[in-house]
Order: sequence, then structure tokens, then C-alpha cells
Amino acid sequence: MPGFNDPGFDTLALHAGAAPDPSTGARALPIHLSTSFVFESSEHAAALFNMERSGHVYSRISNPTTAVLEERVAALEGGIGSIATASGQAALHLAIATLAGAGSHVVSSSALYGGSHNLLHYTLSRFGIATTFVKPGDIGAWRAAIRPNTRLLFGETLGNPGLDVLDIPTISAIAHEHALPLLVDSTLSTPWLIKPFEHGADLLYHSATKFLSGHGTVVGGVLVDSGSFDWDRSGRFPELSKAYAGFHDMVFSEESTTAAFLLRARREGLRDFGACMSPHTAWLILQGIETLPLRMERHVGNARKMVDFLAGHAMVESVGYPELPEHPDHQLAKRLFPRGCGSVFSFNLKGGRDQGKAFIESLKIFSHLANVGDCRSLVIHPASTTHFRMDDAALAQAGIGQGTIRLSIGLEDADDLRDDLNRALKAARTSTGGAR
Amino acid sequence: MNLQIDGRPAYAYTGGKPFDSSLPTVVLVHGAIDDHSVWGLQSRWLAHHGCSMLAVDLPGHGRSTGPALESIEALAGWLLKLLNAAGVERALLVGHSMGSLIALEAAARLGPAASGLVMVGPACPMRVSPALLETALNDPLRAIDMVNSFSHSSLASKPSAPSPGFWLRGNAKALNRRTQRHYAEAGFGNLFHHDFTICNEYRNGLLAASQVMCPVSLVVGDHDQMTPAAASAELGKALLAKTVALPAGHALMGELPDAVRAAIQAHLPGNA
Repeated sequence: MPGFNDPGFDTLALHAGAAPDPSTGARALPIHLSTSFVFESSEHAAALFNMERSGHVYSRISNPTTAVLEERVAALEGGIGSIATASGQAALHLAIATLAGAGSHVVSSSALYGGSHNLLHYTLSRFGIATTFVKPGDIGAWRAAIRPNTRLLFGETLGNPGLDVLDIPTISAIAHEHALPLLVDSTLSTPWLIKPFEHGADLLYHSATKFLSGHGTVVGGVLVDSGSFDWDRSGRFPELSKAYAGFHDMVFSEESTTAAFLLRARREGLRDFGACMSPHTAWLILQGIETLPLRMERHVGNARKMVDFLAGHAMVESVGYPELPEHPDHQLAKRLFPRGCGSVFSFNLKGGRDQGKAFIESLKIFSHLANVGDCRSLVIHPASTTHFRMDDAALAQAGIGQGTIRLSIGLEDADDLRDDLNRALKAARTSTGGAR
Repeated sequence: MNLQIDGRPAYAYTGGKPFDSSLPTVVLVHGAIDDHSVWGLQSRWLAHHGCSMLAVDLPGHGRSTGPALESIEALAGWLLKLLNAAGVERALLVGHSMGSLIALEAAARLGPAASGLVMVGPACPMRVSPALLETALNDPLRAIDMVNSFSHSSLASKPSAPSPGFWLRGNAKALNRRTQRHYAEAGFGNLFHHDFTICNEYRNGLLAASQVMCPVSLVVGDHDQMTPAAASAELGKALLAKTVALPAGHALMGELPDAVRAAIQAHLPGNA
């Protein structure tokens, strides 16, 4: 029964990880803008460095304000803990770098944010980590792509930009058959729409820049561990199950049965790569999370209205929203996303790039920029921006055409958004020289 | 540290340092469907401050092979065998919840070979409500949720354990679920129901207390809803125990790791 003993989502969004400040009584969370924290004694310092005691040493490793964000996101996701990072990209890199090294292999969905595709396809391959991309709905391809050196399966809960729904129960089962973890990018869904751990995912991350923050003000990421994957039994992760010379010969899976991944990620990847989050950023993201349930309900409500409008418009060829019966993942979405499929979706405009240009440049409320999950409505042309490094084949595999427009529906009055879209669609039609 | 007890593999975490039986030995015994890692901060600190640590995994828990043993008394016997196998002649016994009853039984049998006894989150008798036992039998995952809800006193225990950034409730639940799952996968059945049943059935506490010869501390949580402080009052009198009351729930080692460690430390040579 919900209550203090078993708080619900909205309560956790406000309270998890935070309490009135014991030294000042401040009810709102203080921003601890301090690089470092005073030791009580030399003995205390040594104990903190050796993980004999818990506490803060240096804000690259942990910080009191940032730790509240880490606890809160873990609570909302049903995880054991998390690590806040400088960006969502940093969270993805931290996850992979903790589990994989030169000679390792990743199996990834092809329906990815362009930055994630860049990291996997171009950058990590330079460091000896190869990736095989598979269509998220091609279950056989996931299984076939796994090699002896595979260390991770990866996909987005709602694939960017076509909203391919990742079949987390099935893909996680395949991963677990091969003693591998499934990592998911849950940025577009947030824990309000889906808790991937409840469906079998082992690790997840957010670009907290998006809906968690919700106001387009800061860049950040959060990497969360379910604590359910057994690194020892897998036998594929000596980084977690054997002594680590870089940290007192600690055997992380022995030190903590559930927390080995996060312990190593913090004490190696965060420490050495250094992509930490500023406490000021953490505070702003926490401000956003406090209203996440309210915002997500409105985001989804507005998105549904825009989907309905666009789906019936003569200038629109197709709308890619999984709640529409014609979306290939409609049935899966009904099962995994009963609260809705978020507020970022794409549609295909009739015509070519000229019509797309006219549409985007005629919008007044929607802002043309490279972000999603803002409280303000946003628009972008993926083929020429977020996914421009992908060749035509990769674009096609990701479901992106030259006429694809991506929208991120914000919290404005739905009528105003509809009017704005309508006006821009008329402008696009005019640019063709007449109605089609 | 891997040992063989009654022909079965048994494991004890030694705090990140090799076990040395010539040092004062501290034995840490976890509670129901937990394992050694609930003592992470206490065991690592003590191991690096002059003690030899044995944070055990009870049979069927963590890395010790099952099945679980049939009673608190049987587990105490197993613990004494483990001490013998490790070459320990004298030890400070520390237990949490179900583990506190095992430590009590073991201390009674060890007599002067027990240098001290610290019972964290104890109760005697440790009655379990019929509703919880029934839920444990029929819906153990739900029972795990219930127990974890009742075991934590706060939504923000600082600085958290094993380090900042961990959500204690989630971590405790994940450990319980894993322990339960592994036990079932090994073909042994429902460990949650088993552990709570043997706690409920244990009746020898006051007799065992009368046989304990060493100094005793009870570490109780002011906000403990699983084993409220009053549930160990009679036991405390029988043991002539010092009571350390902390502002925490039942999950004391995670909510107040330093305070629990200090209560253990008070029983070590030079600190009594």
C-alpha cells in the first residue's frame, strides 16, 4: 500500500534521496558547490579512500547534491543506485567502458540517437570495440549477432527517431541466455512511461538533459544499475569478478553482490575518464524531476493531439507514433507503454527537402534546434542534422528519410501547437505550387 | 575465503585482506535472504584496523552452497564448524536479525571462547506475523517488497552504503531477490519462507542467553518496524546487555554504517 513505507512514484520524485538539511534546516536541497570535503582525521581520510567508510572526498567521484539525484533516479527506476555523468553520451560511454575493452563486441539496435551511433560505429571501433547493428524488431538478428567476445546488448526503449519499440522482455531473455546484460537508453520514455528493469533490462541510462531536466537548461546523464545481473556467474566480466589492481585489488563482485558494476564504474570510469556532473547541474535536473509526473502526463496528452492532427492532414505522408494501429510496433507498445509513447515522434512530409525546409522555417512556436524533451516544443530535420553522418543505408535502417521531420511536443496549449503546425504545413504546400 | 563445512562449500568475506587467525577475529552473520555484503562497510573497516574478518554466507545464501539448514540451532552448529575450519579459537560474534539469533546460540555454546556478542536488530522471540509468513509462502516477491518497506526508516539515509549514490531500499531488495532466485534455481525451494519460518520457530533464546559468558550489546533501531526495540527488552535483561539505540530502522548497517561499526568496535581489545 502506498505510503511512507512504500512511497509511490510522485512521492519519490519529490523526496527520494533528500531530507531537510541537518545543519541549516533548509527544506530545499542545497547546492554543494565544493570541489572537496574536509576529512575528520588522517584515519578518516584513509578509510574513505579505501572504501571502508562511505562519504565524499572530491566532487569528480561524488558530491552530496549529485548523490541526491543519483538516489532519486535509482528510486524512480527501481534500481539500486546510479552515477550522474556530464551527459547522456558520457553515461553510455561509462557503461561500455566498464564492461568492454579492446577486442570486445557490442550488439546494438540500429534505431539510435545519432550521437550514440557515432560513438559505437566510429569512435569505439578506434579503441578496438566493435559493434554489430541490428534492426530492433529483428529478434533473430539479435541472437545471430552475438559472438564469444560480445559483452553487451544495447537499444533504446523508443528508438530514435522512428519510435521503434524495443522488445525488452525478448531481447533481455536473449541476452541472459548468453550470460550478457542488456543496457537500454530510456531517455525518451523516462520511468514515468516505462521501468525497463521490470521487463528484464539490467542497466539503463538517461540523457537527463531531456525530460528529466525538462526545461532545456542543462546537459547531463544518469547511468542506473538494476543490481540483478550476476557478473560472477556470467564468467565474461573479469573486470568485476577478479581483483582490480587499480583499486586496492578489490574484487567488486565480492565486495558487493549487487553493486559490483556501479562500484567499478565510479572507481574506475568516473575517476579516470572524469566525465562527472556539476552539482549545479544535478540541482537543476532535480528541480525538473520534481514535476516529471505532471509534465509527462501533459507531454503525452499534447503529443496524442498533434499525432491525431498530423495523421489526418493532406500534406502528411505518415506519422510514426506507436499508438497508431499502422505503426509496426503497435501491439508491443500497448503492452509495454500503457501510459503512452512519449512526446517525441517523427512524421514524413509529402514532397522533398524544399517542403521540409519551408515547414520548419514557417513554425512560430516550435523551435528549430537539436534537442528533445524540453517543456517547449521543438522541431528538427534528422537527415541533415542529428543523423547526418549516417549513409543512406544506415538512414534507411534507422527509418529516416529525406522528408522525415522530428517533433518534440512541449507543454504549450495544444490549440496553439496545432495552429502552428497547420500554418507551417500550409507553407510547405505553397512551396510545392499547390495542394497535393 | 572458501571453506568446506560438512562436505559443502562455504564462503566468508574477509574484508579485503587475507584472513589471519592470530588477530582478533570478528564474525559477522547476516539475516534472512541476505549475504555477507550487507556488512560491507563494517567488515572492510575492521579488516583494515587490526581484525580478522569472517563475514559469512550462511548455507544456501550468497556463495555458500545450500540447502539452508533447518533451524537457528543448526546454523549455530554450522557456524562453530566454520570457525573451527578457519582455525579460530576465540571470536567476537555479531549478527543481524536472524543472524543475531545464530550468533546468540553460537556464543552460548562457545562460552569463554566468545569474546563478545553484538546483536543488531534482535528480537526474542522473533515472531513473524502469520500474514507475512503466508505471503512469503505464496508470493515471496511481494513479501520481499513488504519486508524492505518495513526495514527502512528513511527515504534519504546519508551518506548511503556502500557509497554515495546508492538507493538503500532498492539495493536491499535486489539482494533479497537474487538470493531467493538463486536458491530456487538450485532446486532448494523458497528461501524467504524458510528463513522467516526458522526465526518464528526459534524458542531457545532465553535459555541460550543464560549460558552466554561474554559482554553483550544490543543494537536497536528506534524506528525499527521489523524487530522493535521492545521485542528484545527481556533478552537484554537476561544477557545483562548494553543497549545501543540508533535513529534507524531494521536495515541498520546501511542506514547508519559508522554507528553500527562503532558498536562492534567497542567490543574489541582496548575499546571495551
